[in-house]
Amino acid sequence: MANYLLVESRDPFEYGDSSYFYQVAQDLAGAGNSVTFCLVQNGVIPARKGVKDSPVEKLIKDAPSVKVLADDFSLRERAISADKLVAGVSQASVDDLVDMLVTSGTKAIWH
Amino acid sequence: MTTSGSRTLTMALMDAPYETGTTTTVLRIVDAALRKGINVNVFAYEGAVSLTLKGQAAHPNPVKGTNAEDQDHPSSAKFISALFEKGQEAPKLDWVNCRLCVDERAAGDWIDGPRRGGPGDLLKWSNESTNTLVIGAH
Repeated sequence: MANYLLVESRDPFEYGDSSYFYQVAQDLAGAGNSVTFCLVQNGVIPARKGVKDSPVEKLIKDAPSVKVLADDFSLRERAISADKLVAGVSQASVDDLVDMLVTSGTKAIWH
Repeated sequence: MTTSGSRTLTMALMDAPYETGTTTTVLRIVDAALRKGINVNVFAYEGAVSLTLKGQAAHPNPVKGTNAEDQDHPSSAKFISALFEKGQEAPKLDWVNCRLCVDERAAGDWIDGPRRGGPGDLLKWSNESTNTLVIGAH
């Protein structure tokens, strides 16, 4: 079992390939790996409540072991407060992201 | 992987300045790592070699009626200069601009800090670092 950190910077409403990245997270978790899915930049946009066919809600439902985080700076830039986030998404700081990056053995992938 | 007790994060970046939010995120990560005492290597290639151009000029904002000084435009070169101040020794910031990408763009007039290099530097850093984050183009 490996420890994966997936950083999603893209809004799936803008980039069609984001769906593959969400699927990678689900598949890695399904294979028994520890997966953190960290949303940054426009990647935080689908973490809002009320998004139709939200890939974030789908990931949380289909792969509940995946830890889903949203960058607090990116949320503030886009006026998304904590109470607007779907259940299962936690806020994280850039310091948290760095801590995860330098955790020994972590495999980090940016999209 | 590192063999000593120190931790090192290597990042590869190809986004040109003022194009995407990725530049801001990467500079935030570099800043946070240096604050935590973590060494940072940045391999800038393709458009990212222009991030450290020292001739980047501030500009006025005609909508607000401010001049260039009032506006104090935060150039990527200024940000990176500040990071080099923070990462002089321990922790250390090392920044390589890909020489082929620099020469293609005539983009070699930099602030103090970066040096010329090539993909071999990224490979060496990756082998020696705690982790490597490669960020491709949008």
